[in-house]
Parts: sequence; C-alpha cells; structure tokens
Amino acid sequence: MSTTSEEAKQERRSSSKLLQSLDIDTRLLGMLGLLVVIWILFHILSGGTFLTPRNLWNLSVQTASVAVMATGMVLVIVTRNIDLSVGAIVGVVGMLIAIAQTGWLADWLGLGHPAIWILAVALALVAGTFVGWIQGLIIAYVGVPSFIVTLGGLLVWRGIAWWFNGGQTVAPLDPTFQLLGGGSRGSIGAGWSWFIAALAVIGISFSLVNSRRQRRRFGFKLRPLWADTAIGAVGTAVVLGGVFFLNRYYLPVSVAMEVAEEKGLEWPPEGLEISRGIAIPVLILIGVTLLMGFIATRRRFGRYVFALGGNPDAAELGGINTKRTLVKVFALMGLLAGVSAVIGTARLNAGVTSLGTLQELYVIAAAVIGGTSLAGGVGTIPGAVLGALVMQSLQSGMVLLGVDAPLQDIVVGVVLVAAVAVDSYYRRRAET
Amino acid sequence: MSDERGTPLVEMNHMNVSFGGVHAVEDVSVDLYPGEVVAIVGGNGAGKTTLIRCLSGAHPGESGEIKINGQAVAITNPIEAMGFGVETIYQTLALADNIDAPSNMFLGRELMTRWGTLDDKAMEQATREVMGRLNPRFLNFRVPVKSLSGGQRQSVAIARAVHFNAKILIMDEPTAALGPAETEQVRELIRQLKAEGIGIFLISHDIHDVFDMADRISVMAQGKLVGTVIKDEVTKDDVLTMIIAGRMPGEVDGDLDLH
Repeated sequence: MSTTSEEAKQERRSSSKLLQSLDIDTRLLGMLGLLVVIWILFHILSGGTFLTPRNLWNLSVQTASVAVMATGMVLVIVTRNIDLSVGAIVGVVGMLIAIAQTGWLADWLGLGHPAIWILAVALALVAGTFVGWIQGLIIAYVGVPSFIVTLGGLLVWRGIAWWFNGGQTVAPLDPTFQLLGGGSRGSIGAGWSWFIAALAVIGISFSLVNSRRQRRRFGFKLRPLWADTAIGAVGTAVVLGGVFFLNRYYLPVSVAMEVAEEKGLEWPPEGLEISRGIAIPVLILIGVTLLMGFIATRRRFGRYVFALGGNPDAAELGGINTKRTLVKVFALMGLLAGVSAVIGTARLNAGVTSLGTLQELYVIAAAVIGGTSLAGGVGTIPGAVLGALVMQSLQSGMVLLGVDAPLQDIVVGVVLVAAVAVDSYYRRRAET
Repeated sequence: MSDERGTPLVEMNHMNVSFGGVHAVEDVSVDLYPGEVVAIVGGNGAGKTTLIRCLSGAHPGESGEIKINGQAVAITNPIEAMGFGVETIYQTLALADNIDAPSNMFLGRELMTRWGTLDDKAMEQATREVMGRLNPRFLNFRVPVKSLSGGQRQSVAIARAVHFNAKILIMDEPTAALGPAETEQVRELIRQLKAEGIGIFLISHDIHDVFDMADRISVMAQGKLVGTVIKDEVTKDDVLTMIIAGRMPGEVDGDLDLH
C-alpha cells in the first residue's frame, strides 16, 4: 500500500515536472479540463442539446458582459482590493447612455443619426472611467478601504441610475447601437468570422515562433519542438472548431429574408441559411481579453500592479508610485464596467435601472474561480475569462435541464467555494 | 576622520529625525569611505534604521546635511537616492514574493523594448549575468521568489544593488533571517563588494557579524551617537559596553553617577 502511494507520488512529481519544463500554466490547463467535463456532462444529461451551435452561440454572448469586467476585477483583487460597485456602475452608465441616445443626442443630431452610437459608446467609456477614478482617488489618497468605498458606490450609483429617469425604462435605442449587444443582427457573419479565425491562427503561430526566437537569442533552454507544435495545433483546432460551430447557427427566417432583400438575393423556396458567426459582444470580449492580457503581462503598469499586490512596501521602496497605480486600476475597472454597460444595454435594447444587479458578485466569482487569490498578488486574465465561461456554462446548462432558479444559485455557490478550496489545497501542496 | 584617505564617499552631519516629539535620531554624524564597511550598532530603538533611512530616501531627515563625494545633496525619496548610487537592502528584504527574480531585480527600473513593452528576456539575461558572479548556484530565474530559500532571496536583493552599480550600499540586518551556511554566503558577498571599492553601511545586532566584516563601528544609543571606533583598536566587550552603557570605553563613569 505504502509503496504504491510512494509510486503515485513519484509519478505525480515527474508529471508535474514535465509540465513545468514545458512552461505551461497548469492551473489554466485544469480550468480547461473542468470546462470540457462540464460541457460533456451537460450534453449527455440534456440529451444532446448542450453542445449545439445555438446553445454555444448563446453561451458566448451571455458570458461577454461578466467576462469583460472579470478581466479588470483580476487586477483589482491582485492589488488586495475589491470592487463591489461594478454592477451598479453598469446600471448608472447604461441608464445614462440610454437617455442620451433617445433624448439629447437624438434632439441634437436627429433620430437615427449615424454618429449617435459612437457618441453613446464614448460617453459610456468616459462615464465609467470617471466613476472608477473617483472611487480610486478616495481609496488611494484618502485611505478608505476599497470594500467600504465600493460598497457605498454600489448604493450611490444604483440610486443615481434610478434618479435619472425615475426608475422608468428607456427604449427603444439606436438601431446601430443595438448591434453591440449581439441581437439577431448583431453578429459578423461567416466570412468575417473565418477572417478573425485566420488572424487568430496567424497570431498563435507568430507568438510561438517569436518566443522560440527570443529564447534562442539569449541562449535560454527551448521548449521541445513537439510541445510547441502541439500547443499550436490545439490552439488552431479550438479556434477553427469554435468558428465552425458559431457559423452553423443561422439567422431566423424572418431576419434572413430581410438580409436577403437588402442584398438583393433571390429567396429560394427551400429557405436560406445565413450564418451568424461570432457575435459582436464576443468580439468585444476577445479584444478586451487580448488588451488586458497585454497590459497585465507586457506593460510596466501590469508589473507594478502585481508587485504592489505581492508586497506593497517593496513596491514603494522600489520607487513605484503605488497610489497612482491603484487609482489607475480602479479607473480601468470603471472603464470595463462602461464597456459592459454598452453590451448589456444594447442587448436589452433598453435602459433599465436594474441592469447589472448582483453582477458584481458574478464578476468577483469569475475572477476567483479563474485562480485569482483574494490574498493578492496572484491571478491571470485568461483565467478570469475561463472562470466566467465556467459559471455561465453551469447556469445555462441547468436552464437546459430545467433546474429551478433557487437550485441554480445553490449549485453556483457550492462550485465557487469548492473551486477555491481545491485551488488553495493545490497551492499549499505546491509550496511544500 | 583620517585625511589621507581623501574625500569620504558619504558624510552625514548633525542628522535629526523625530516622530511626534520623540527624538529618534538626535545630532548624529557618521561617514563612509570607498571600500570600507562601517557598522552601525545599538540596541532596539537606538535609531540605527531611522538614521540610515535618511540616506536611502525612505524617510527624509528633518535637519542635517548629507554629502556624497563632498557634494551636499538633498534626498527625499528612494529614486533620488538610487540616482546618487545609494542602494539599500532592507531587513524585510523588500522583495515582491509573487514575481520572479529578474522582475524583482528590475522592480521600478524595468528594461523596455522599443515597443514600450517589458523586455523580460533581457532582464532575465542580465540577472543571470549578475548571479553568475555573485551566486553561481542560483538557478531558479523563472519562479516566484516566494519559493526560494532565505539566502537565495538575499542574493536577489544584493544582485539588484550590484547590477545598478551601487557606490554606497546600505544593508539593514542582512543576515538576520538566515541560517549559518547562508550567513557565510552573504559575508563572502560583502567581502567581494568591498574589494570592488563599494562603501557599505552595515546595520546589525550581531556583534560577530560586525567584528567579522566592519572596519569601523559607530555605536548609537537612544537616538544619539555614542562614538565611532576603529574595529582593530577595540574588543567586543568595549563595544558591548558602548551599546549598553552608552559611553566610550575607558571613559570614566560619566553622567550616569554624577549625582
């Protein structure tokens, strides 16, 4: 008995050493594994309705709003802070831009003016950043704990959202703006989706080749060629497979007819299958993830955020302006809440006071399930996006299975605690 | 001190620091020559660390004068101190545990590519070079420094000072957190740096450390300088007397029993 457990330990060591030598993020790999298990499980339990183009397309759109904010929450939590106000910021910014485009922007430019959606988006980004910046200033320079400042913010911003329009819904919104929410027309179609896929494949290949070249230039140990090839192959397969799937989800007949008419196509008697492809909010999410990943790992600001989370004194003694860094982190979080407000409002095609309610909890949960440590200093952007995807998969899977809403909440809550328990167990084991 | 040694690397004259009415450092003057180790010793709360933080920029003094190479300078923050070639190794090591050795070595002074991104490969390369000189057994360049031993972490802190061409090195209890073998490793490093002409202020509780490495010893008690002695001219007992009684060796019992 003891020898077999010894052997198992040996085995474990050698396999983890292999992963280490391959320089692969094991936690991220574990998350991907978990996601695959969840998807297959729901697919079987639901009698084959989970892994369908329709469901995966919806899943991708539903994940976008929370995932966008989770990328910012990672940085907030890494600095040992928290932001409870993001849901309320979504609410207040969503209401603001809904009023702007139906009210004064329309009055000024004329209803349906092509610049309205651009100005509305710009307004959302500026307003979100401003709110985050104010909160950041209070946290960094006045020294009020972020938990309190953003708890206050949660109440204040939600209240202001109500004030804007006396709690009434504002609708309908600008038609171009609506596309940003990924409604029936809010996708980029098959051709553009394949174009994005091609870009992604080129990007994957380039980054692998470039990393090898850099390591060779400095004479560091190279990852074995087969491993790089395998990573490239898996990445390419996921991208191409994903786009193939999303392209298999077609526009509903009425919308397809509209499109056919616009393009002057003949409507064939057997109907026309027009692919949706990647939804615009998902495209936004992809862009945000890449940009935030770049900021977190390749830019000085990202390095300072992590140093600050690991040891604030060391950061300070190293000459880093920790207060300014903290303000920037919260402003960035506000900016992302503004992006989420655009997606949410556009998707609803309305400004409602309750938009984003409880979303702060899902955003925090996504970051934490994705491996962000509340003790600070640890977390990754792709992890948080995966965390959001895992949570959304659980929810939409349970909806497919007809699970009651209260039970859904119970399952998500249990998964959150279990994920952190497993994670901290492995973290402790890794340290000894 | 001795004029034949030329201009001191550092002179701190009549330094004063107080915290809310309590004089943490009161009219203290010390100096340091190139290639010299000056130990600053004293009991807890004697003001050693506070004095030296004036030089490192972590806590500027209220009054007094700091001269570097004979030039009066104003140091108000760590970056300015680094600009004068002052590097500090803090008691707490001042490393960010969650990032790797190269990131720590370049913290606040990162190498960038021409695209404005972090040049991690170049930073790793530079770290490998310095470490090859200081501690050839150091091999873990890509793991968070949390998983390193105390001695290895200390060598990261020292590597930082060496890489940025420290002229003046402040070491605050460099061996306090280390085992015997690691302590020896750090002592060896200090001898090496000294041979390169770097001036070192060594703050320590450990009288053995002090006698092993220092050339001169400045003793502080209750925020005041008791005196500065040349190591070879005193015994450990003399220094201990200075620390505990707060007076120079051989000095007749002074103000203690005047009354």
